[in-house]
Amino acid sequence: MKKFFSILLTIFVPLSFTNVSKAGSHMEAEVIHWWTSGGEQAAISEFAKAWEEMGNTWIDTAITGGDNARGTTVNRIIGGNPPTAAQFNVSKQFVDLVEQGLLQSLEEVASAEGWRDFIYPPELIETCEFEGEFYCVPVNIHSWQWMWINNDVYKQVGLPVPQTFEEFLAGAPKIQEAGIIPLALGGQGWQESGMFDVVASSIMGFPLMQSIYRDKDLDAFRDGRFESVLNTYRELNQFTDEGSPGRLWNDTTAMVIEGKAAMQVMGDWARGEFAVAGQEAMVDYSCVIPGKEKYVALGGDVFVFPKNDDPKVKDAQLAMASMMVNPTVQAKFNNAKGSLPMRLDVDTSAADACMQMGLDLIQNPDAIMRESDDWNTPAFTAAWGDIISEFRNDPNYTVAQVMDDLEGVLTSGL
Amino acid sequence: MPFYRNIAAKIALLPMIVISLTVFVGCIIYSFVYSLTNSKLVPVMNYVGFDQYERLFKQRKWDVAVENIFIYGFVFTIGCLIIGFLLAVLIDQKIRGESLFRTIFLYPYAMSFVVTGLVWKWVLNPTFGLENSMHMWGMTWFELDWLVNRDLAIYAVCIAAVWQGAGFVMVLMLAGLRGIDEDIWKSLSIEGVAKWKSYIFVILPMLRPMVVTAIVLIAAGVVKVYDLILALTSGGPGYATTTPAMYVMENFFSRANLGQAFAASIIMFISVVCILAPWAFYEFYLRNKYANN
Repeated sequence: MKKFFSILLTIFVPLSFTNVSKAGSHMEAEVIHWWTSGGEQAAISEFAKAWEEMGNTWIDTAITGGDNARGTTVNRIIGGNPPTAAQFNVSKQFVDLVEQGLLQSLEEVASAEGWRDFIYPPELIETCEFEGEFYCVPVNIHSWQWMWINNDVYKQVGLPVPQTFEEFLAGAPKIQEAGIIPLALGGQGWQESGMFDVVASSIMGFPLMQSIYRDKDLDAFRDGRFESVLNTYRELNQFTDEGSPGRLWNDTTAMVIEGKAAMQVMGDWARGEFAVAGQEAMVDYSCVIPGKEKYVALGGDVFVFPKNDDPKVKDAQLAMASMMVNPTVQAKFNNAKGSLPMRLDVDTSAADACMQMGLDLIQNPDAIMRESDDWNTPAFTAAWGDIISEFRNDPNYTVAQVMDDLEGVLTSGL
Repeated sequence: MPFYRNIAAKIALLPMIVISLTVFVGCIIYSFVYSLTNSKLVPVMNYVGFDQYERLFKQRKWDVAVENIFIYGFVFTIGCLIIGFLLAVLIDQKIRGESLFRTIFLYPYAMSFVVTGLVWKWVLNPTFGLENSMHMWGMTWFELDWLVNRDLAIYAVCIAAVWQGAGFVMVLMLAGLRGIDEDIWKSLSIEGVAKWKSYIFVILPMLRPMVVTAIVLIAAGVVKVYDLILALTSGGPGYATTTPAMYVMENFFSRANLGQAFAASIIMFISVVCILAPWAFYEFYLRNKYANN
């Protein structure tokens, strides 16, 4: 079926582009991405602006939803009509494309410009490097490791703002009595498993998480600490509201902003919602990295450049890759996006208190945390997430059963 | 029948035949072949035997999906037939403003499943839907948490689906009812048969073709149900309302697990064939045989 659509695409899409491909010396690039919300649009248009200032043409192909966008990219590549550049996450999502030899190596420009010297943290290089060559450009860093807290709610019930999940749980009944939802959680699979990983890292620490998620070490998995994470997670879920299932993340953030709920665990993209609502970091709301050990997770976005028979396209791809890592462009892009830049020599004077916290933390190599999808295929993380989500929603799903099912995923070789 | 009879018609049908063969049969074979591989993001010919099927049948999620499609299929079909028939009977009572009511009941059918899903999502949402309104009107005993209750969520999906589909069945049934001869009604009233009895024991059997048509059309909608559930619950809470079609789509696109998606779609295909084959056998073979005798 997929192939059939690809064939259709290969037949029809080139027809619509034939008249623009002979437009003289300037380069043109079609970029597939899924940045469609307000702040995201502002961010991608910084790239587009910089590209156009170089005298080139930017063809914007925005597709709603990461899954859809990535699906389109893969279809177009297999169908023989690849875009110039396409967005993926910092993860294993595009490994197959590299292994099948479908992506353009960026080594030429990477070694000329010394990417290995300035890309920070170096873990990002690992994501993009295959057999000594660069195949993707990391453009930003997004971390999941945040609790977003409404300060007024805690003032109202007379409690200090919690710094760990234990403190939060201790205060939650009092908040509930005051008629406020303690934990705002959108019941969608990705939000449930995202929060789970934050709970996991803050309770059992990153080294243990790494030996489970990366090394699939069953002894580490069974040593009791993972069970305590599951128990804490189940406890936290008592404090959500019944409107939770299926709620979007930004609607959930709005509950914290409006004071209907006390806290949400969400990535740093939630900051944009507070900013749009006119709230000030650390005054109206607190951002807390929970746990004694504080981490910044290396989530984020990369761009890949599919191989193309046309040598002119390769020139455009290398030029665009170089533009994306440019410090000036990086500063503009990340300020609009609200994410951390992928290099340290970028002007971040516009950062607010929360972003500053992330910037300070990321300079400490021990505080840098990887996510499951840095080591595992989407099939693995999705199978894992299914179990976590089911664990949250089905009170009859016991911790012992969940442990067995998760072990099944760990040993499945997915 | 000689080959050259109706040759023009056969030539005209040729493109359709070629397309069905290449698209349908071709894709089925393609899917089957790649379901025997461990393809992830892109199809690769890496033979792993029936591993994907083994994995599929071990998935708790797949079990839930299969169970859901049976619940949904049963409730949706029966619900549409009963409510559709009742509505048709009521409208058939030569009421005033018949066309207005007909329009009202048929209107949901004109909507896309996505719209239906969203509307019901809001109505059934306990924090700002019907339950919330009832609470604000002082009826705090009122509880309607089907959509967020993992045991009842699939029935909430059925309600939305029946709401949309019943009007369509009503129209089919109404057409059938209007085709019933006046003389039958006259003789029934001379015999003194109660109205409800005549509907159930005399008229309903006469509507058999309408009922069969309705069932076939509804059943086709059951197997491919995807958009309604996506809009209404996205498969949640957890994966309590997921369906086989959703499982396939998920593995195709978001999970980059092509082999698994192909395996699941082949199983879907086989189950549809298993259900349709006896019916097709009857319809195209046995009936002709008896008709010819």
